[in-house]
Amino acid sequence: MTDTQAPLVDMENISIAFGGIRAVDGASVDLYPGEVVALLGHNGAGKSTLIKILSGAYKRDSGTIRVNGEEATISNPRDAKSYGIETIYQTLALADNVDTAANLYLGRELMTPWGTLDDVAMEHSAREVMGRLNPRFQRFKDPVKALSGGQRQSVAIARAILFNARILIMDEPTAALGPQETAQVGELIKQLKSEGIGIFLISHDIHDVFHLADRVAVMKNGQVVGTAKVGDVTEDEVLGMIILGKCPSGAIPGPGAVN
Amino acid sequence: MSDPAISIDRARASELGMVARFFKATELDTRLLGMIGALVIIWLAFQFLSGGQFLTPRNLWNLSVQTSSIAVMATGMVLIIVTRNIDLSVGSVLGFVGMIMGVTQAEFLPKLIGFENPATWIIALGIGVVTGALIGGFQGFIIAFLGVPAFIVTLGGLLVWRGAAWWVTSGRTVAPMDLTFRLMGGGPEGSIGAMWSWVVGIVACLAIVGMVVNSRRQRKRFNFPRRPVWAEVFMAAVGCGLVLGAVALANAYYWPIGIVRKYAEASGITIPDGGLFISHGIALPVLIAVATGIVMTFVTTRTRFGRYVFAMGGNPEAADLAGINTRWVTMKIFIIMGILCAIAGAISTARLNAATNAQGTLDELLTIAAAVIGGTSLAGGVGTIAGAMIGALLMQSLSSGMVLLGLDTPLQNIVVGLVLVVAVWLDTIYRRRTA
Repeated sequence: MTDTQAPLVDMENISIAFGGIRAVDGASVDLYPGEVVALLGHNGAGKSTLIKILSGAYKRDSGTIRVNGEEATISNPRDAKSYGIETIYQTLALADNVDTAANLYLGRELMTPWGTLDDVAMEHSAREVMGRLNPRFQRFKDPVKALSGGQRQSVAIARAILFNARILIMDEPTAALGPQETAQVGELIKQLKSEGIGIFLISHDIHDVFHLADRVAVMKNGQVVGTAKVGDVTEDEVLGMIILGKCPSGAIPGPGAVN
Repeated sequence: MSDPAISIDRARASELGMVARFFKATELDTRLLGMIGALVIIWLAFQFLSGGQFLTPRNLWNLSVQTSSIAVMATGMVLIIVTRNIDLSVGSVLGFVGMIMGVTQAEFLPKLIGFENPATWIIALGIGVVTGALIGGFQGFIIAFLGVPAFIVTLGGLLVWRGAAWWVTSGRTVAPMDLTFRLMGGGPEGSIGAMWSWVVGIVACLAIVGMVVNSRRQRKRFNFPRRPVWAEVFMAAVGCGLVLGAVALANAYYWPIGIVRKYAEASGITIPDGGLFISHGIALPVLIAVATGIVMTFVTTRTRFGRYVFAMGGNPEAADLAGINTRWVTMKIFIIMGILCAIAGAISTARLNAATNAQGTLDELLTIAAAVIGGTSLAGGVGTIAGAMIGALLMQSLSSGMVLLGLDTPLQNIVVGLVLVVAVWLDTIYRRRTA
C-alpha cells in the first residue's frame, strides 16, 4: 500500500521445476501489512505452487524470500509457521478421522504440566474460536469427516487464525462454500485486514476476489504477467491478463507479459 | 389414538429411544461392544459343544496366558496399520530376538556370571529389547527415509530374520531358560498368587474410579456438557466388576496336585485332609500384556506422538503440512513394534522354556488378524489398542476351543480364515451404516 514501509513478504525470482517442467519460473510478488493481494491465473498457472513454496510445502530451486525485510529460510511447514505464515489449503488439509480441536492444534498441541495432551483446554479454545467464526457449530466430538463442506472450511480457517498469523495464505477459500458462507469469509478477510494481517488470496475466478483485493498479481505458465492496484485496472483487463497474458497500461508488467 | 398398531409402534420407538439414550449417555463404543458380544457368543458355543469344558477357570486361565504374546504384538500392529503400513516380519523378529535372548542366558551369560545369577533374566531381556528396537528402527528407517513400501521391507524382514534366527545356533534349539526368566511365561510359579491378584484388582478399581472422577472434574473446569451421574457410576461399576471378576476367576484355578505335593515337601508343610488349595492368581505374562495395553493406550490417546499417528493415518499430507515430522514418527512406530516383538519373544521363550528357530512362525498373520478383527482399518486412521487385544483373545479362543473339541488342524485353519473374512465384512457393513 505505502511504498515507504518494508513489505511483510517479498518473494523474488522464485523458481521450481518438477521433472523438467518449470512450474514457477522467476516469479516475484510482495505483500504489505494490512493488504490483500489476489493471486490469479488459470488452473496450472503456478499460483498454488508458488504459494506452497512460501508455506514450506515445497522447496524452491532458486530465489529469495524476505519476511519483514530479512531473508527467511523456509524449508518445511514448521519454518513457515515460525514466521507467522499460516495457510488455508485448497484441499483444506484436515485429518478427517480426528475431531475439530485435534485438527486446530495439529502439530502445536496444548500440553498439561505432565506432558500429556490437554484435550479439555484445546476443546475449550476450539469452542471459543469456532463460536466467533460459525456460531451454530456444535459438533466438537465428531471427526471432521462427518462435517459439512462449509463446516470443514471454517475448521481450516479457524486453524489458520488461531495462532496470531501475520501472513495468511488462502488457496481458493470459498470453493466449497455457499453464497452466505462466502459472504462470511469476505467479512472475515476485512476484519483480519484491519488487524494488520497481510493476505494472499488465490483464485482462478476473478469475480470471487476482485472486490476483496487491494492488488492483483496474475500468473500464466509459471510466470508473473503483471501486478496492478485494483483501482487502476478493470475486471476485463485482468481477464485479458489471465487468458491472453496481455498486460494493460494500468499494470506493472512482469516477465510473463506478452507484447 | 386407539389404533393398536400405532401404539405398538410408539412403544417400540420409546424403547429404542431408551437404548439410544443409554448409549449416548454412557458414550460406549458400540463397535467394541459388538466384539465383546461376538466373544461371548463364541465362548458360549464352545461351552455348549464341549459339554461344559470351555468356561472353566483352568481353561480361561490358560487362554489368557496363550493370548499374551500375540496381544502384546497386536498393540503395536495397531499403530502400524493406522498409519497405512503393515509389518509382516513380527513373527520372524520374535523368533530371532527370542533366540538371542535364549543364547544370552543359556550359553553366553553362564560363562561370565555363572548359572542362575539373579541378574541373568534382566540382562537377557534388556539385550532382547535393544535388539528388537534396533531391528525395528532399521526397518523403520528404510520405510520412512528411503521410501521403500513397508510391505516389501517387512516381507524381506520375514525371510531375513527367520534365517538369522537359524544362523545364531545353526538351527539348534536352546534350552533350558533361566529360572527367573521362565516366570515371564506363566505356570504356577509365574503367577502372582491370590493375595497379590486381589491387590492388583483393587488398585485397578481405584484407578478406574480415579479416572472417571478426574475426567469429570476436567470437563467441569471448562463447563462442558458432562455425562449424567448414573452413567458415570454405571461405567465405573461395570469396569470394577469385570476386573474383580477376572481376579476371582484367576484365583479359582488351583495348582495341580503334583506341584502342590512337591511344594509342600520342599517347604515342610503337611497337606491337610481336604487337600491343599493354592491359587494361581493372575499369570505374569497376562500382567505384562495388560500393562503393555495400558501403556500403549496411554501413548495413543494422551501423547503428542499418538495424536500424530492417527492424524497421519487420516491424512498423511495434512499431517506433513501441519509441520509434523512424519518420517520420524513412522520410524518411531517401527521401533516400538520391535520392542513389543522382544517382549512377546520373552513371553513365548519363557513359556516354552526353550528358544527354537521356528518360534513365532505365522505369528505375523495372527497379529495382523487380531488388529483387524479388533477394528483397525487397513485404510488407515482407525483402530484401538483395546480392540486389538480383544481381537487377539477372540482368535485364541477360536483355536483353543477347536483344540478342545478335537478338530483337525486343517479344519481349524479353515475356520479361522473364514472368521477373519466374515468379521471384516461385518465391520464394513457396520461402518457403512454409522458413517
